[in-house]
Amino acid sequence: MTRRTALHASHTALGAKMGEFAGYDMPLYYKEGVLSEHEWVRSRAGLFDVSHMGQIILHGPEEDIIKFWEQVTPSSFAKLGDGAAKYTVLTSPKGGMIDDLIVTRIWHNKFFAVLNAGRKSVDIEWLRKHLPESVTLEYSDMESLLAVQGPDSEKVMRETFGLDVSDMNYMSGKYFDLGHAASLVSRLGYTGEDGFEISVSPNEAPRIWRQLIEHPDIMPVGLAARDSLRLEMGYPLYGHDIDETTSPAEANLSWILRDKSGPKPARLRVGVKLLDKGIAREGAEIRNEVGKKIGALTSGGFSPSLKESIGMGYIEAAMSAVGTNIFVHVRGRDIPAVVVAMPFVPARTKMKKAAH
Amino acid sequence: MAVLKYTNDHECVKIEGDIAWVGITKYAQEALGDLVYVELPSVGKKVKKGEYFAVVESVKTAAEVYSPVDGEVIEANDNMPTDLEMIKSPVGEQGWIAKIKISDPAQLANLMDEAAYKKYLESL
Repeated sequence: MTRRTALHASHTALGAKMGEFAGYDMPLYYKEGVLSEHEWVRSRAGLFDVSHMGQIILHGPEEDIIKFWEQVTPSSFAKLGDGAAKYTVLTSPKGGMIDDLIVTRIWHNKFFAVLNAGRKSVDIEWLRKHLPESVTLEYSDMESLLAVQGPDSEKVMRETFGLDVSDMNYMSGKYFDLGHAASLVSRLGYTGEDGFEISVSPNEAPRIWRQLIEHPDIMPVGLAARDSLRLEMGYPLYGHDIDETTSPAEANLSWILRDKSGPKPARLRVGVKLLDKGIAREGAEIRNEVGKKIGALTSGGFSPSLKESIGMGYIEAAMSAVGTNIFVHVRGRDIPAVVVAMPFVPARTKMKKAAH
Repeated sequence: MAVLKYTNDHECVKIEGDIAWVGITKYAQEALGDLVYVELPSVGKKVKKGEYFAVVESVKTAAEVYSPVDGEVIEANDNMPTDLEMIKSPVGEQGWIAKIKISDPAQLANLMDEAAYKKYLESL
């Protein structure tokens, strides 16, 4: 039985093409189609329902919570200031990744984290297993999460809710009154654009959605464009680009590690651009010039911004330098390709100063 | 006079003499969403009924286009990859992906007519 978010009726009323994702019946795209939605997010602002994701709150003595996060993730939390958010992963005892997540320190003894929909139950079981007695973990499966993403996001937040968010750093969050109750608004996202995620109760979600959708700069955007947007940014998608068999260092996520002294990995997650026509998708073999397999794509597709075929995947470290000529095997054809730096499209997230 | 036939896999076929013009139905187009690429077969390619001869790719997914009959590709719609909107026009106009010379006309009996295809869609 597929589950529904509190905004399900809003999606069907807008004529969304629905599809199953992580056990939820979610909008894949709306009437405008995925290409228009993608371009709209890059030029104006898109509205996403991401209520399928897991939201947790941790309370407790700050030193205990920090110690806890440093136990379950490879990142440092000691310098994370009040209101600041941080991208990290939950690591398994074998060094793989249980999930990736964003942790926000709302204030000194209260932390918020957003988990992937398909991993939230595994994550919470894992977190509870390691939780010290002094820390409580609150989890309601029902909370809603809306995302506003695109260069007009700040304007949309101001004109819809009268919020002045101009002094918020990217990767930060705080509570605002959105007309009924205090809601956590975080300046971050999964598109590479400036944007906000709004955590609200399921009772409030349809009203907040309705208010936002009426803004002339807003278009509803489904999960298909969310995927093409994050692909252009080189952001990994859990279950595809990272999982329990990949380490943060292999995944090119060494920047999240507090201890960066580990051995150089034998394979690395890199960006790939096709040099000839065709589209390469997840699973496509990466080959060298004599046809030997040297890796595989974990994501791939058409970049609506570049009008080119892009992808990411793991490749032998010796072949991972930017500019290395490779081939991607698609339906019997070795398509010439090249290792490129990620993001494929420059990020335009609002970076006033480092928030972590 | 040309007749339109349909397959279970949502190919739309115009039969004209011993030539099958093959495209995809509106249902398939809507299921795929915005197209970004069409991979055409080369002319002269021998195809078997049920084997793919072309691939249509949307942002999200790739779909193989299956041959409705045994035969040989005699023409591919070379304009389609640069004008993907063509796929939406009727198969007998610009919406064909390839034309296949039919080697076994008896296979045509297995294809659905429009009424049968409509019924099939309702059953999905």
